Amino acid sequence: MPHFILDGKEIQFIQGQTIIEAAAKVGIDIPHFCWHPSLTVSGNCRVCLVEIEKMPKLAIACSTLASDGMVVNTNSVKALSARNAVMEFLLINHPLDCPICDEAGECKLQDYAFDHSVGESRFVENKVHKEKRVSLGTHVMFDGERCISCSRCIRFCDEIAGVNELTFINRGDKVTIDTFPGKELSNPYSLCVTDICPVGALTSKDFRFKSRVWDMSSTKTICSGCSRGCNVEMWVRNNEILRLTPRYNEEVNSYWMCDEGRLNTFKSVNADIRVNGPHIKRDGTLVKAGWDEVFALATSELKSYNKSEIAVLGSAFATCEENFVLAKFAKSVLGIKNIDFAKHEKPNSGDDILIRDDKSPNSFGAELAGIHPLKDGLNFQNIMRAIDEKKIKALYLVEDDLVSLDEDYKKILSKLELFIVHSSNFNSTTELADIVFPAATYAEKNGTWINFQGRIQKLLPAVMTVEMDRSLDGMAMSRLDKFGTEFDRWGKSKKMNARPIWKIITSLANALGTKYKYQTSEEIFDEMSKTIDLFKGLDYQRVGELGVKLNVTTLAKVKV
Amino acid sequence: MAKKKRLKDLSLLEQIYLPEIVKGLALTMKNMFKPSFTMEYPEVKFEPGASYRGRPVLVMEENGDERCVACGLCSRVCPAIAIEVQANDTDKEKERYPERFEINMLRCIFCGFCEEVCPEEAIIMSKDYELAYTNREDGILGLDKLLVPVSELQERIQFLRKYK
Repeated sequence: MPHFILDGKEIQFIQGQTIIEAAAKVGIDIPHFCWHPSLTVSGNCRVCLVEIEKMPKLAIACSTLASDGMVVNTNSVKALSARNAVMEFLLINHPLDCPICDEAGECKLQDYAFDHSVGESRFVENKVHKEKRVSLGTHVMFDGERCISCSRCIRFCDEIAGVNELTFINRGDKVTIDTFPGKELSNPYSLCVTDICPVGALTSKDFRFKSRVWDMSSTKTICSGCSRGCNVEMWVRNNEILRLTPRYNEEVNSYWMCDEGRLNTFKSVNADIRVNGPHIKRDGTLVKAGWDEVFALATSELKSYNKSEIAVLGSAFATCEENFVLAKFAKSVLGIKNIDFAKHEKPNSGDDILIRDDKSPNSFGAELAGIHPLKDGLNFQNIMRAIDEKKIKALYLVEDDLVSLDEDYKKILSKLELFIVHSSNFNSTTELADIVFPAATYAEKNGTWINFQGRIQKLLPAVMTVEMDRSLDGMAMSRLDKFGTEFDRWGKSKKMNARPIWKIITSLANALGTKYKYQTSEEIFDEMSKTIDLFKGLDYQRVGELGVKLNVTTLAKVKV
Repeated sequence: MAKKKRLKDLSLLEQIYLPEIVKGLALTMKNMFKPSFTMEYPEVKFEPGASYRGRPVLVMEENGDERCVACGLCSRVCPAIAIEVQANDTDKEKERYPERFEINMLRCIFCGFCEEVCPEEAIIMSKDYELAYTNREDGILGLDKLLVPVSELQERIQFLRKYK
C-alpha cells in the first residue's frame, strides 16, 4: 500500500485520496473549515495549508492528492505562520459575539482561533456589517456577519439534499449567502446546514438560545421518526431534551438527519400530556391510581375473559425486548393466538435520501421478536373486525395510538369491554381505555430497534423517570447533573412515574402466577439471542454504538 | 523541692497594688475621650469601599432594561454553580436576554469571577452584605431582586475600569 509521511508519521492511503482524507481516516485532524468528508472539495477557506517537501509553495491538504513517498508537515514554521495568517484574515470581519452565539463551544473558528492566532487583532478599521437575524427558511436562522463563506451549506443543498436552494451573492468582503428572491430554504433536510456550518452563521430556530452547549449532556441513541433509525445524539439539560443532532454512521444516515425527525420526535417526551403514574377509568374519566391497585385490577379483569376473547397488540414503537416479553406473555401466560401490531406506513412520504414510508422505528424488530398472529390467530385487520363484531372483548395494546391511524377505530374500540393501554402520552386512544399504564418513552429506557435494513441498533436512556438515577444508571451527565442537589432549583427536574413495557409485563405475569425474573432489558436481550436465530451471538456490547447488521440472507426469508 | 523561679519578682510598689490600679484607671480615662472605632451596627451601617465584594447584582440600564445578554459565562465560571441563566430571543439589538436569571446566595462564595468574566459589565459585585434568609427559597434571587439601576453602581464600575 502506498504511504506518505505526515509530521513524521507514516500514513497509508488509497490512490486518489487527498492528504486530509487519508489523515482523517487514521484520526489525524488537519485544521479545516470548508472541507467536509461527504461533500465535494471546494478549497476556499485555505486554513488546511500544509508544507510539502520539494513543493515550492504551501498546498491545501483538502485538494492535494496524496502520493507515495510524499513528506507533509502541518506544524512547520511556514505552515503554522500561514495558518495564523489565514485565521487573521478570517477574523477581520468576524464579529466578536461569541457570548450571544449559539455555536460557541462547538465552533471551529473559536477552536482554531484559540489554537492558531495571536489573540489580538491588528485590524483597526471598522468591520464590514451585513444583515443579521435573517430567516432563511422555516427552521434556519442566518447571521451574515458571522459567515466565513466556506460554502459548505451551499454544497450540502446541491449535493446531498439535491435542491439548489442556497448561493453566494455579491463579491469580495460583501459576499453573503442567500436564497433566490421569494424562495426559502425549505428542503426536508435544511437543518443539516446548521450542523455543518463551522461557525454560528446558520443556527436552528428551534434551539435558538435554549441552552449553552456545555450545559447539556449528550447521549448516543436512535431517532424514532421512521424506520431509517438515524443515529443521533440526544442533548439533555435539567432532564429535558433540548435538541437532537445526527451522529455519524455511514451505513445508516452518514452525517445527516431530516428536519421532521430532528424537531418533532422528542417533543412528546417533554410534553405536558405525559401519562404520569397508572390510571384507571372511574365514572368515565381516567383517574390516577397506585401501581399495586392497577396490577390487581388488570389481573382480575384479564382472568375473566376467554382466551379467544382477548387480543394483544404489540408496537413498532416499542423495543425488541419489550415486544419479545409481550409476545411471550401473550402466548404462555394468557395463552392467546391473536397477536399482531399496527403498521404506520404513509405511502409516498419517503424519499431516496433518508426518509422512509414506514413511520415506525421498529416494525421489523416487533415482527422478529414474535409479534405476529399464531396459527389460526387473527391479524391486526381481523382483530379490529372481531372487536367490531364483539367477538373480541378485551384488548391489550402497547405504545400505539390506533385512533391516529384511522378515526373509525374510535367507534370500534369503544365497543371493547376491557381495554388496557400502555401509553407515554394521553391521546385519543387512551381516552377509550379502562386501564392506562404509563410507558417510558424511547428516551427513558434501554433497548434495541431494528431498522428497515435489518440493522439492530441500541437505544440509551437520556431522560430519568422516577425510578432512575442519572449517576447510578450510568446515564450521561452534564456539569449541572454532577453537582446538583435537591435544594437547587435546576436539580428539581421533572420526572415521570413511568416504566418500560417489559417491566410492567413482568410484574403482571408475576401477579398472574408465572414467574418472570427479568431485572434489566439486557437480560431479555440475552434470552433473545439464545432463542432467536438471527440474534445468535449478539449482546449489547456487540451491538454497540453503531449497531450490527443482521444476517441478510436469513433476513430475506422473514416477511417484513 | 526546688524553689519555683519567677520571671520577674514584683517590686515593692507593685506589691502594694494601689498605684497599679491608679495607673490602669488613668489609661481607661485617657481612652474614654479618644474617638471611638467601634461601629454601633445595626444602628450605624458599615459603608464599604469600592473594592468590596458583596452580593452580585445585575446592571439595569436607564431605560429599565437589563444589560445582561444571557451569555451564561458567569454561570460557567462560577466555581460554586450558584448562577442559573435561561436565555431567550428578543427583538432588541442585543438579540438575547435573560428570561430567567437566578443567583443562589446560599451557594455564592463572593469570589467575583462572574464580574470578572462578564463581557458586558452587566454583573457587578455590590456593597450589599446583609444576606440572611429564613428559608432556602429566599436565598435564590431572581431578576426582580438582582436588577439594580446603573446609577447606584457607578463607584464599583469606575473601580473595575481602573483596576480590572
